[in-house]
Amino acid sequence: MSQVTSEAVERVFRAESGAILATLLRVLKDFDLAEEVLQDSLVAAMETWPRGGIPDNPGAWLTTTARNRAIDRRRKNQNTVRVMPLLVPEEEIAEAPCGEDAVNTAWSTDFGDDRLRLIFTCCHPSLNRDAQIALTLKTLGGLQTEEIARAFLLTPASLAQRLVRAKRKIREAGIPYRIPEADELGERLPPVLHVLYLIFNEGYVGTTSADLLREDLCQEAIRLTRVLHALMPGEAELRGLLALLLFQNARRLARTSESGDPILLEDQDRSRWNRAEIEEAKQLLQGLDSRAGPYTVQAAIAGCHSTARSAKDTDWAQILKLYDALWKLHPTDVVALNRTVALAQVHGWERALKETDALETRLRHYLYFHSTRADFLRRLGRTGEARRAYETALGLTKNESELRFLRSRLEECE
Amino acid sequence: MKYMILIHGDESQEAQMTEAEGMQLMTEYMKFGEELEKAGAYLGSERLRPVSTATTVRVREGKTLTTDGPFAETKEQLGGYYLIEAPSLDQALEWAAKVPSARTGSVEVRPIWPEDEYLPQ
Repeated sequence: MSQVTSEAVERVFRAESGAILATLLRVLKDFDLAEEVLQDSLVAAMETWPRGGIPDNPGAWLTTTARNRAIDRRRKNQNTVRVMPLLVPEEEIAEAPCGEDAVNTAWSTDFGDDRLRLIFTCCHPSLNRDAQIALTLKTLGGLQTEEIARAFLLTPASLAQRLVRAKRKIREAGIPYRIPEADELGERLPPVLHVLYLIFNEGYVGTTSADLLREDLCQEAIRLTRVLHALMPGEAELRGLLALLLFQNARRLARTSESGDPILLEDQDRSRWNRAEIEEAKQLLQGLDSRAGPYTVQAAIAGCHSTARSAKDTDWAQILKLYDALWKLHPTDVVALNRTVALAQVHGWERALKETDALETRLRHYLYFHSTRADFLRRLGRTGEARRAYETALGLTKNESELRFLRSRLEECE
Repeated sequence: MKYMILIHGDESQEAQMTEAEGMQLMTEYMKFGEELEKAGAYLGSERLRPVSTATTVRVREGKTLTTDGPFAETKEQLGGYYLIEAPSLDQALEWAAKVPSARTGSVEVRPIWPEDEYLPQ
């Protein structure tokens, strides 16, 4: 038998913990208890696996162990149950799987459905966005509290507090563990997608946290989106989101120079793009109406870039069409600004500049408004105005690599 | 679980309603109440007179201060409530969305704090 190290135990535990927690929550309906007994099962695994080896089905082993601990704890608590604010009615606690048959029915592990239930609970619209993100990462992700806190520039204490408050609201307001009905999905799926997108984005463009950690966030977002997509394969926007994340992630390595400076899409070494991820994303988009929703449209735009052999070969006319579609679905100023980049390629810098200027009142404090505008002015040879726009942009960021990039462009306007 | 559904609306707008519109709204509320009762979710409800009839009382250092009007001037005013029983927040929110005034005003859903949980753990 090979040596089982505590690192190996922890690795297995991390991979399984989200699904197990979801199952524990379904039956126990008590976040704190579920987390405690899950932790108990890790301790038990640390004690027994290094001696006896990792079981064939570690997930089932951990679930059974956690289950037994939960039953023990509930039995001990029977007397104090009256003063314990549990979500479950008392009779249910009394019945809580004690007999062997009851145990087997209630604990039948359909991990997939349990995780789906849990993600809809974590992203319930009655929780605020920060709470949704923290809960999703903490309960379904494989990251530790300290890692999540670092990724979002919070102290572990304040993240813990955020989690405590969110869990309290779930318990006290009676937010259920259930998969929304088909007719509710229109309202309930978008916040889930948004949370997954934000987790990915924090990893992709987050400017301050350590690089490895950022990669973890991206991987985590993709993993969760994959799980969700496998469980709800009919949801077009979910497929679109997965494709979008894969297209973006495929460019990860080519996006920055060795010194950490950003490299613009047109200057990236396309041989460094991850072909496997691009292929997978292309497959996902196949047969999908590219106007199905904002994520699908953005995936189609990313797809145009990812499949162009060179920057010159990019199908800008198609991208512009897709931006028009995106604008119809999601008319925000930032979409309008991004659209001007495609507009410039199709109809020229002059027209793009004109449409950019129209956004000034609303995007005056937005760094990329000024850097985009500066770029158009520079290409039109209006260097004096370009200089001023770059200077304004410089005043709007503290990020070192962005500052370096803007300064180098400013120098070109000398 | 018990939930209270608090109905907030712009009273000045409601005051401008024609008699027909008022009747229509009342019919809708009656239907909503019947639906709640049929589902066994109804625990109670009342409609409040406008804030122009409100009086606010504060006791400070043993002295009672009585002032005219609601405790806070807001664009939307509390106009009534339903007390309901629902298995979880999702069903309570579904009921809230069916309150006729949800289309014009705002409906707040608050879980009732059970008496046996008043004391800190």
